[in-house]
Amino acid sequence: MIRIYLLRIITFSISLLFVYKLMDLQVFNTNYQRLSENNAVLEIAEYPERGFIYDRNGKLLVVNQPAYDLMIIPENVSPFDTLAFCELTGINKKRLIYNLKKARRYSKRLPSVVVNQISKETYAKLQEQMWKFEGFFIQKKSLRKYQIGHAANVLGYVSEVNNYDLKKDDYYRLGEIIGRQGIEKSYEKALRGSKGKRFLQKDRFNRILGPYKESIYDIQPEPAKDVQLTLDSDLQAYGESLMQNKRGGIVAIEPASGEVLALVNAPTYDPSILVGRERSKNYLKLANDTLAKPLFDRGLLAQYPPGSPFKTLNALIALQEEVITKETTFKCNKGHYYAKGAFMECHCRRGTKNDLTKAIYRSCNSYFSYTYRGIIEKYDNPELGVNLWKEHLKSFGLGNYLGYDLSIGRPGHIPGASYYNRAYSEGQWKAPTIISNAIGQGELLTTPIQLANFTAAIANRGYYITPHFVKNITGDSLQKKFSKKITSIDPKHFEVVIDGMHKVVEKGTARIARIKSIDVCGKTGTAENFTRINGEIVQLTDHSIFIAFAPKDDPKIAIAVFIENGYWGARWAAPIASLMIENYLTGNVKRKRLEKRMLMGSLIEEYQKPTSGKPFKINE
Amino acid sequence: MNNSFRIDWLTLFIYLILVSFGIANIYSSTFDSNQPELLNFNRPMGKQVIFFGVSIAAVIFILVAPSKVFERFSSVFYLIIILLLVGLYPFGNTISGARSWYSFGGVGLQPAEFAKVAVALAISKLLSEIQIDIRQFKSLFQVALVILLPMGLILVQPDAGSAIVFTSFLFVLYREGLPGIYILLVGGLIFFFILTLLTPLPFVYVSILFVIISLFFFSKKLNKKTPFSPYILSILLSCGYVYSVDYIFNELFEQRHRDRFNIVLGKEIDTQGVGYNLNQSKIAIGSGGWDGKGYLQGTQTKGGFVPEQHTDYIFSTIGEEWGFLGSASVVILFCLLILRILSRAEKQKNTFSRVYGYGVASILFIHFLINIGMSIGLVPTIGIPLPLVSYGGSSLLGFSILIAIYLNLDANRLNEASF
Repeated sequence: MIRIYLLRIITFSISLLFVYKLMDLQVFNTNYQRLSENNAVLEIAEYPERGFIYDRNGKLLVVNQPAYDLMIIPENVSPFDTLAFCELTGINKKRLIYNLKKARRYSKRLPSVVVNQISKETYAKLQEQMWKFEGFFIQKKSLRKYQIGHAANVLGYVSEVNNYDLKKDDYYRLGEIIGRQGIEKSYEKALRGSKGKRFLQKDRFNRILGPYKESIYDIQPEPAKDVQLTLDSDLQAYGESLMQNKRGGIVAIEPASGEVLALVNAPTYDPSILVGRERSKNYLKLANDTLAKPLFDRGLLAQYPPGSPFKTLNALIALQEEVITKETTFKCNKGHYYAKGAFMECHCRRGTKNDLTKAIYRSCNSYFSYTYRGIIEKYDNPELGVNLWKEHLKSFGLGNYLGYDLSIGRPGHIPGASYYNRAYSEGQWKAPTIISNAIGQGELLTTPIQLANFTAAIANRGYYITPHFVKNITGDSLQKKFSKKITSIDPKHFEVVIDGMHKVVEKGTARIARIKSIDVCGKTGTAENFTRINGEIVQLTDHSIFIAFAPKDDPKIAIAVFIENGYWGARWAAPIASLMIENYLTGNVKRKRLEKRMLMGSLIEEYQKPTSGKPFKINE
Repeated sequence: MNNSFRIDWLTLFIYLILVSFGIANIYSSTFDSNQPELLNFNRPMGKQVIFFGVSIAAVIFILVAPSKVFERFSSVFYLIIILLLVGLYPFGNTISGARSWYSFGGVGLQPAEFAKVAVALAISKLLSEIQIDIRQFKSLFQVALVILLPMGLILVQPDAGSAIVFTSFLFVLYREGLPGIYILLVGGLIFFFILTLLTPLPFVYVSILFVIISLFFFSKKLNKKTPFSPYILSILLSCGYVYSVDYIFNELFEQRHRDRFNIVLGKEIDTQGVGYNLNQSKIAIGSGGWDGKGYLQGTQTKGGFVPEQHTDYIFSTIGEEWGFLGSASVVILFCLLILRILSRAEKQKNTFSRVYGYGVASILFIHFLINIGMSIGLVPTIGIPLPLVSYGGSSLLGFSILIAIYLNLDANRLNEASF
């Protein structure tokens, strides 16, 4: 019996086994679908041209330029005149031989780059002679081209995606371009558009056979959008030239709209150096400059104690909390004892009596100490007072990220009760303990853009609009996310403070900032600062700070300037702010002598002091 | 004599379906958008259509022939084939390393494909002779010689794939009374062969000792007088065999043979080197899914990723473009064809016809087993075609003749019975 049925049984079993294995391969295991797609389908991305960037007046700042890579498919190459080739492309023979070998090693059938980023001129010459070089072809790609040599910190730059980008966003593929900093990063999606896809069928040698499935899966690219900045290119350029040979930053805002007119960082660099063949070399040079830190955008990132400009806010809070009225007067004897044995110095003459306006334009430390103490001691518990004070400051955008549309920033710091409870333990601190806050020193930290922003809020008499850098995106309705933020101070309290600020320029500490026919309101500041040299804390020359807005009654510009180690506020910051205002409001600067002094002025020697290794004097 | 009404229509039907389906898939496997014409006789599909025409003519010619002709001329046919195989040495053409072809003005002829028919006829004739009893050593020797002579000639061409096909006659011999010990022996040899390749030698020796000694004690329990010496002998023989397998595999085999075994046994994962064919074939079949990518839509097939796809790897085209439905249908059709031929053969009263039917089924089975098995990675890569489906004139004509003779003998079953 078994002899009759054996082969039938085996045939049947083998057939069952085959059907089972086929079921396993084809129905249950979906891996093979993917493998076959990887194998036989080539996905080619089609990139829309990256969007242009304009300034607020429609001036074109950033465009694209074509660059040409000379490519090779090794299996198609026939012997060619290497000497002519080298002469034409400017590559040396050794390099050429090396690149050819490398290309052949990579693949005989797939293209590799032989000479990259050929200039337009060479490309023109090359094109006529391409027929002599079989197996070579030219591939066009697009690079950024900067029409201006400034605003590098705002524009940012683009570069190839790295592994981190690839992991974070699955839109990107190796070798693609992504915005790295500034506007290029924040508005990456608008500027890049959306790439399209073409699917091609390839054979086992990776040669293209034609469209895959009659192109039904292809996706059309979505064109990129152009971006119009709020920046005034001319003002930005002027600011950068005023800041040459100095370190620091300028932030200028249009108060009514929150639009940032200029964001100057010094030292700066020409954005064009981060494009093309020299890109990596130049980038390394910038990144390795750890002293001048050209890549550190001080306007957004540097946190300092605000210094005297902060007195304007303390005045407003005190008025709101009815701790003082505008008529309130305090006496100053070249300072005052704010606690037993603790004296705060002031530059007012002995026996001076200051009301609020005078206190502001004379920058009287004593006045604001009394005022601040009044705020903190309004309730029995200083914790309530300091938190009340902090809440008011928060309504000016201090102590937190502002929410502007660039990706970098710092929150600054406004200490509250919990902070002091940690620092001194509960119940162990009172108003005199934290009195430095009265004059903008102490534990306070602000960034220059926060200074400019609260200046705008003062100029607006009680509100600000979140500062932002983009005015328009073509095809998009202007985003409404930069909303109006109303401060916790009643508008009626602003006039007296503004009046004080006006007098700062008219007859106070910043008379150098006066502009004929324009009512400028400002406040100087001087911030002590320290560094470590060989582990020892050493005081350096003070930072020079100035905030201002103008014109007084219809503010068009609010500005904050700070100059690292520039000494007192009126020495560098005030004149520079004033020149910026004059330039912006009148279009040309009449005070040529002042302008020249600022343009030529250099603090390089000052900056070399800490690293010179020699003992040095500060505040000279 | 009108046989046409008694013809095995099912077998004929399956034959026609498989050949037509084969031609369709050959067209797809070799599709070239620059030469899309259906009947271009310079392209594989056009050629296969011509071979199909020739085959149909041969089938009709065989069907109308009197069945006694095959038995009578089997020896002559066998002799001609042996001469053709020998004649390859002076006159044959070498294609990809094997001297397997005669060439007549561009048309190649592969005698090995017809040797299967000749051997099937020859052993049918031999076994149907009255004085032959396969249980006797002398008869077995004669039968073995008939099979091993052409097998050896083909093996030295070298065309190991075609030679292996002749082992299928073992099923025929078993059916006709070959003692089961021979089947066990061959099965055991294959088992130990694989075991030797997979496990370290000492372990194999130890397990042989263990199995045979426990067998000895087991039979000692049943029968106290069990002699010990046969067991000693079998231990020695087994160990000797295992040692020689190891030696042959590692010393005499060429690397490419070793590679093929190692890949199927899962010892090496090398998808870009020697395992490339198998891997691409599996990707093609696996990516077909439930109902395939559609005719002429296979990306693996279009891209030419599977080598030899219109010949030995035609099953991967079917798997990719027709999916599980298509490929399983082909498996079922072959299963049906083999079972049908076997059951009809059993009904034959005439030994010649029965043995021949068995021979046809066995040859189809071994091709089916090896070809589809290798395409889906169950059997080492052995280059033999999928009967009736793969591209190849000699193969198609050979199988057509093989099946046509079966159809003739089957149709004349009743005539024979009343004879």
